[in-house]
Amino acid sequence: MADVQETHLPGIGVRFDFPTSTGTRVGVLVHKTGRRELLVYQQEDPDECAISVDLARDEARTLAEMLGASRIIEQLDNLRQEVDGLSIDWITIDENAEWANRTLSEAAIHTQTGVSIVAMITANGPIVAPGAGDVLRPGTTIVAVGLAEGIRKLTTRLRLS
Amino acid sequence: MILAASSGDTAVVFIEIGLILFGLGLLSRLSDRIGLSPIPAYLIVGLAFGTGGFIGPNLSMEFLNVASEIGVVLLLFTLGLEYTPQELSRGLRSNAVSGMVDLALNATPGVLLALVLGWSLPTAVLLGGITYISSSGVVAKVLRDLQRLGNRETPAILSVLVIEDLVMALYLPVVAVMIAGSDLQTGALAVTIALAIAGLLLIVALRYGHQISRVLNTRSDESLMLGVVGLTLIIAGIAQELDVSAAVGAFLVGISLSGPVQQRASSLIEPLRDLFAGIFFVLFAFRIDPTTMPPVLLPALTLAVIGIVTKMLTGWLAGRRQGFAARARIRAGTALIARGEFSIVIAGLSVGTAIDPRLLPLTATYVLILAVSGPVLTRFADNLSNTFLRGR
Repeated sequence: MADVQETHLPGIGVRFDFPTSTGTRVGVLVHKTGRRELLVYQQEDPDECAISVDLARDEARTLAEMLGASRIIEQLDNLRQEVDGLSIDWITIDENAEWANRTLSEAAIHTQTGVSIVAMITANGPIVAPGAGDVLRPGTTIVAVGLAEGIRKLTTRLRLS
Repeated sequence: MILAASSGDTAVVFIEIGLILFGLGLLSRLSDRIGLSPIPAYLIVGLAFGTGGFIGPNLSMEFLNVASEIGVVLLLFTLGLEYTPQELSRGLRSNAVSGMVDLALNATPGVLLALVLGWSLPTAVLLGGITYISSSGVVAKVLRDLQRLGNRETPAILSVLVIEDLVMALYLPVVAVMIAGSDLQTGALAVTIALAIAGLLLIVALRYGHQISRVLNTRSDESLMLGVVGLTLIIAGIAQELDVSAAVGAFLVGISLSGPVQQRASSLIEPLRDLFAGIFFVLFAFRIDPTTMPPVLLPALTLAVIGIVTKMLTGWLAGRRQGFAARARIRAGTALIARGEFSIVIAGLSVGTAIDPRLLPLTATYVLILAVSGPVLTRFADNLSNTFLRGR
């Protein structure tokens, strides 16, 4: 991946830019308002913008898709995300884990860890919003949402350390 | 009878204020058409209709005075709003040197000229501030209009402006005390106290901005706007009462807001600011007798020429520190030339004090020259480079 330079523009936003292998510098200015500006610098004066194109949010998304979604797939690989302290994690249940083969109500996950199980991906396909009777079978991957601390606690119960 | 008289007065007040605002509307439209800041146009109209000009408003003066004070408060509030606390502290850490060069180069000419003219020390300090501070409003607008926000020199320009704004936060309380005209000893004490209060408020704004923003955050635009303006005026009033200057209080409230509140507040309050600040500029010029301007033309012109050179040098040096090529450094320098709203705010502090009355016409002339020539020079910066750098 190209070496992207990040510059803060006080009061305006953040600018990302990098030089292409052909020697042209390109970049994106992300305004605080969410507007994007596509920047292409001059070859003879790399400090000055030759082209700047204003893009609204959806236009920027369209352009990104046109340029190829490979980067987005890369990001999907590590989908463990944290949004304002909220964590989402994918946990695959181990064979002899403490809570393996219990139902959700027996494990009382929410009471004990504060984490909600929003989906289970089993050998027979996904279960969205599983009920109290669904079993935590080994090999099943659960999608858990909660605070980072709770997710950590849950992971120790579903995986062998 | 009294009712009849007062309703007649109300009619006159409405018409006076309406005429002023309508005139400002036409002027800002015209300025926008030719790509200039409306400030010079506002000043010219104020000069034409004010003291010694054709006519002046009589009945609405009381309202206009308060409105123009609110204009100053909102100008400083929106200035503080532009930057988050993080941007300010980052700017201060990484660009302090460029900021100090800017201060030394651009405040000195004003101070020196005032002293050469034999004006008092407080007047000299005011004039130093007037020549020092660039108009961040004009600069940002010009960069946007010329599509230079993406240029590599732009962060350097903005960082200089950030530091100027922080300097204002310390400068305004000092000036507020100085022009109060106390003797040196109590003056020094008052300055120390004012600075301590301003510093304390700055720390509160930087540290607890998030909490303040959270409390103010509501879904309704109306209550957000009222809450923010209310808080700004309260803090400005308290700051004024403590002799720290209302402007600094408002500025610090602006700094303290961050996140979604910051963005919504700026779009909600900018129209209000334009309304009140417009009145402030006109009223500032109202107070100036146009016949007092020719005698100060020479000093104003001298300061303007020096001001162009010193800002270009500031941009050149700031650009060199960041390793930009000569063309980019010249673009940075020209962008910083424009002086505007804050020079006028500083000069406006002297109204009704013992400061030399020639300061007002001098500032008006100075700002008229630089608010127009700054953007023009910025536009043609690359032509300047072509002319001057050909030999290199």
